[in-house]
Amino acid sequence: MSKIAVIGGGIIGVATAYELAKLGEDVILFEKNYFGSGSTFRCASGIRAQFTDEANVRLMKYAVERWERLEDELGFDINFRQTGYLFLATSEEEIEAFKANIRLQNRFGVPTRLIDMDEAKEIVPILNPEPFLAGTWNPRDGKANPFKTLFAYLFRAREMGVDAREHTEVIGFEREGDEITAVRYRSRGKAESVKVDAVLNATNAWAPTINEMAGLKRGIVPIKVYKHQLVKTELLEKGQAEPLVCPPSWNDAYIIQDGEDGGIICGAGIEHEARGLNDVEPTYDFLRGVLRYAVMMAPPLKYAHVIRQWAGFYAKTPDRNPAIGKLLEDFYISAGFSGHGFMMAPAVAQAMAELIARGRSKVPIDWEWYDPYRFERGELHTSAFQIG
Amino acid sequence: MSGKVIICRCNDVTADEIEALIDSGVTDIEEIKRLLRIGMGPCQGRTCIPLVISILARKTGKRPEEIPLPKTRVPIRPVRVGVLAGGDDE
Repeated sequence: MSKIAVIGGGIIGVATAYELAKLGEDVILFEKNYFGSGSTFRCASGIRAQFTDEANVRLMKYAVERWERLEDELGFDINFRQTGYLFLATSEEEIEAFKANIRLQNRFGVPTRLIDMDEAKEIVPILNPEPFLAGTWNPRDGKANPFKTLFAYLFRAREMGVDAREHTEVIGFEREGDEITAVRYRSRGKAESVKVDAVLNATNAWAPTINEMAGLKRGIVPIKVYKHQLVKTELLEKGQAEPLVCPPSWNDAYIIQDGEDGGIICGAGIEHEARGLNDVEPTYDFLRGVLRYAVMMAPPLKYAHVIRQWAGFYAKTPDRNPAIGKLLEDFYISAGFSGHGFMMAPAVAQAMAELIARGRSKVPIDWEWYDPYRFERGELHTSAFQIG
Repeated sequence: MSGKVIICRCNDVTADEIEALIDSGVTDIEEIKRLLRIGMGPCQGRTCIPLVISILARKTGKRPEEIPLPKTRVPIRPVRVGVLAGGDDE
């Protein structure tokens, strides 16, 4: 049994700690704020396999299969529901691009299909079909409750012996040569250290700081942090906009009905580079901008009330694909999820835990695609198709 | 306190549910808020948050003033989408 430190108490860190414990490892997890406080508890809750490249389609197909069984495995209600994702086209050229995406997704067993606006309107009763020509629909995409999912993993991880600590900040490593031998951390003003055999950096937006502590260049995995905001309406009757609905040509604007209370969550690619890692202040331009798109998509929304607006981070790499892999002999990274950490977590956590514990994984993950050293080598992939 | 005492009227959360969650080891108010959806409804926590803080204080042996309020979200009061999205003439 090895002693493994997981840094970051978001969904990636907590789920990986659980998977490591399943493989019999001794895990200590550090979260400097409260669990989920970084990006997980600010996310829009969507889960989809509708990506536009082979690596992400295959990874997310596997992730969705894990999501389907996750509630039983963790023994906790996480409210995972396959309510679908519906992308809408506004031009003939876009329909052709959609068809190419559908062919790719179908090739790997993702059952996406092109639907007309009559069918789209049946799926999303409040949709205004006028501006759109067709849609791509995958009924196996869906959503889950990010809060319950993180705690489901956390409760199970703790039962299996994971020492998960919140309000505990990692402040440095002790090293012998390149090798990390101990993690130094601070809790309630008191600094301590723990001997470890390996470390996982699962801190997403905060990852460059942890990489620097490990003796690496801060920009080895260049993560830029963008403020991604959401607005939510009052509690509405369910069944009106259950899928995530998004016309990508409208600045990636989307709506999705919250699986818990039926409020409609509205997002868009109206982004601001964060002024710092404490900058989660919502902005008025976003509030007005996102609601204009939402009302064009679903006109009855104009009679609903907005009850909350919040911001989180999209920790973006230059190609918007995460960095997943080994940075040093005993130092791993799983960060830079660019807005896709929650949906990818069940697959990525398993892959990373197996990599650390066994040196290889059964998960269909393309390690080269997510290689954390690709930026250093100047190899960028096509941008992962973003959105909730 | 016993029986079905509603603490959060927006999301129908009972005192028992809050106590059970605290007993399971979740004592950060930001986490309690999200797991039970306290203060996430239209009233923005005006009714329930002070009550949750008093339950949390009693169960953890802290003074209420030692427990931070969860982050407040804008808008302070619900605003109609149509007002913010503007009319067709904009």
